[in-house]
Amino acid sequence: MSAPLLQMNEVTRRFGGLVAVDRLSLAVQPGELVGLLGPNGSGKTTAMNLVSGALACHGGQIALDGRRISGLASHRIARLGVARTFQLVRVLGGMSCLDNVAAGLAFHPRGAHGAQARARAQSLLERVGLGTQAALEAGALTYIDQKRLELARALALAPRLLLLDEWLAGLNPTELRQGIALIRSLRDEGLGILLVEHVMDAVHALCTRCVVMNAGRKIADGPTREVLADPLVVRAYLGEDDEEAAHA
Amino acid sequence: MSRRTWAAWGAGAAVFAALALLPRWIGSDYLLSLAISVLMYGVLASAWALFSGPTRYVSLATVAFFGVGAYTTAVLGEVLPWAGVLAAALALGVAMALVVGLATLRLSGVYFVIFSFGLAELVKQLVTWWEVNVTQEIGRYVFVDITQQDIYWQLLALLALVLALRALIDRTRLGLALRVIGEDETVAVHVGIDTTVAKVLLFTLSAAFMTLAGAVMAPRWTYIDPSIAFAPVISFQTLIMALLGGAGALLGPLLGAVPLVLLFELLSAHFPNHFSILLGGVFMVIVYLVPRGLIGLWRRRSRP
Repeated sequence: MSAPLLQMNEVTRRFGGLVAVDRLSLAVQPGELVGLLGPNGSGKTTAMNLVSGALACHGGQIALDGRRISGLASHRIARLGVARTFQLVRVLGGMSCLDNVAAGLAFHPRGAHGAQARARAQSLLERVGLGTQAALEAGALTYIDQKRLELARALALAPRLLLLDEWLAGLNPTELRQGIALIRSLRDEGLGILLVEHVMDAVHALCTRCVVMNAGRKIADGPTREVLADPLVVRAYLGEDDEEAAHA
Repeated sequence: MSRRTWAAWGAGAAVFAALALLPRWIGSDYLLSLAISVLMYGVLASAWALFSGPTRYVSLATVAFFGVGAYTTAVLGEVLPWAGVLAAALALGVAMALVVGLATLRLSGVYFVIFSFGLAELVKQLVTWWEVNVTQEIGRYVFVDITQQDIYWQLLALLALVLALRALIDRTRLGLALRVIGEDETVAVHVGIDTTVAKVLLFTLSAAFMTLAGAVMAPRWTYIDPSIAFAPVISFQTLIMALLGGAGALLGPLLGAVPLVLLFELLSAHFPNHFSILLGGVFMVIVYLVPRGLIGLWRRRSRP
């Protein structure tokens, strides 16, 4: 096998005395959909922030296609082909949906600006189901549509690696089915996807492999079905947060 | 460019050509000096909004640059030809803005506001210290062979330049980058925008215009000292004019500068002792009643 698309090697991040991510190692191959699971506060979002460069690593290395990206500024990582959505959705509220996506297109080597960007932005909006809302101000969209818009903006970066932070949370059953189909089609195009998710139906439907974290550490890594049956994983969920386990 | 864009540029050029001829018809010195005040604040507010409009970084450092420009003229006015004075002011303003920008544009929100205000005071105190300890004279006379009309034309040229520059930037990737920064800086870096470069570049361009405005205005005072050249009220008035008109739109700051310069002129002529109190009242009324600027009011009206 060639070098993985994403390789995290013994990555550590501390906040004061708290070790939020503790020597985490994981890999994502092109065209692979990996679930990153764990109870609340286990370090999943911090791990995402380390990959996207929003936070600096205190130890270990992160590489994209064999090239080290830990230590680079976020905008350089984004230009290399890492796109993300945010746990608390972030759209550019005062700008139109089309401009939101145009912002994703304008600043990377495979991107575009101006007249040619409009057509590409429009087709991305159509792909996430916002084709008719292009001129609408993003702040006026419903929460769900803002999530779709965020995904369209991430896709505008023409990423090789996509980080989805609870992107499927809060969708109704129909929207969830559409969302799952959309993410699957992205994987089929060869994107590597790292997915933080609590919606277990989606994890089962999408992820071939899962990494489970607890208190900053990786406690399981393997095929989804095996990992979720692992006693250590079950205890992490049931032992620490009853509500979370019931939800799962 | 579309036909509409060409028409807008044509109309702009025609308006500026007409304004350039205005001094020929203005007989009175008072009216000309009023026009100069309007232009000065037009330049300052438009330059302020060049950076602060799209990025929404509120700066109170306007007078730091303006004052440095004025002092450049005061110190070098008799030594260098006029073009040399302007070039020196430009170089100083750009150098100062680069240093300040690189050091501070990591700050955001209220921290940046406070820092920018502190910067203006710092520069004022440094100049005062220099004058007291080195030159041993606190005031300076500005002897430059420049007429009121020259000042008018030079300010008009600066205004045309700053507006044209903003119109051009708005159409580029840089313009889009600045708007994204103003909306959400975290998103900006995650779509690949080098926010430091964009912010420092625009902060510096904006400061360059402020510094030049100060250099051009200095001869009009004939006498300056640090409390005149670095008066904080210049920063506050610039800010409130840009906010009244609407800093997000190209012509917004100008729309705020014209009525407010006239209003402040009226207030300081009729109530010289209570001017500061009235000024404060005007600030509060504007912030309460037109938080999105006159342009914002008009846009909301015209929307169905």
